[in-house]
Amino acid sequence: MSLPKPLMRGLLGKRLRFHLPIAFGLSLVAAIAFKYGVTEPRKRAYAEFYKQYDAVKEFNAMKEAGVFESVRPSGE
Amino acid sequence: MLRLIAGRARSLVARRATPALTTSSARTASNGHEVTEAVDMSRPMYWDRLDTPLPDKLYKDKLSAADKSLKEKEKGPWSQLTNEEKIALYRLSFRQTYAEMHQPSSEWKTVVGGIFFSVGFTALLVWWQRVYVYPPRPRTFSDEWQAKQLQRMLDMRINPIEGFSSKWDYEKGQWK
Repeated sequence: MSLPKPLMRGLLGKRLRFHLPIAFGLSLVAAIAFKYGVTEPRKRAYAEFYKQYDAVKEFNAMKEAGVFESVRPSGE
Repeated sequence: MLRLIAGRARSLVARRATPALTTSSARTASNGHEVTEAVDMSRPMYWDRLDTPLPDKLYKDKLSAADKSLKEKEKGPWSQLTNEEKIALYRLSFRQTYAEMHQPSSEWKTVVGGIFFSVGFTALLVWWQRVYVYPPRPRTFSDEWQAKQLQRMLDMRINPIEGFSSKWDYEKGQWK
């Protein structure tokens, strides 16, 4: 019945030394993935949209559809 | 049915404290028959718990003469105790071993059954409520209202870049 003495000290330090680099690495990966998966496509989508955007044409289309209160469609 | 409810009630009681083997009971004298003794919870109690290896007091309070002599022998070197004596000393201090505490029980079946039964009963209540309590449906739920709503959203160019209106082809008048 003589077992070796178990580890009594440094348990938290050992756990942190193992888990903290992994945690930092995974967070970094998540941030990079989000940047190149979400924000870059979104920025490109907005840029493309506004390249061919004619504000006056859109306004007239919306006016004819009758969504505004200050200016009614040309029929009325 | 009754057994199910009783079983559920029993499973609500987590771990029962074991009253010490010998506690004085004042009630038996007055009633004249054996009554379950009330546990005095103001004094240290004995628990069989996985997370409390050493309960507040030993299991056996009143030691017989043989037990007392064994306790005296325990004060000496332990190598002189036989294995049966060591086990007897253990059983004096504790009711169950950890192995016995770990024995699985069928309590989980009662618990899960109780959960399903409660969920089903609640479903019946909700159904009754739907039929007898709910007011009539708002007119905004009808199909034509929803269609008019969608058309208005397209007219207002809701989320034209990445969202709703971006999926609509305005030249052709159809979804992309």
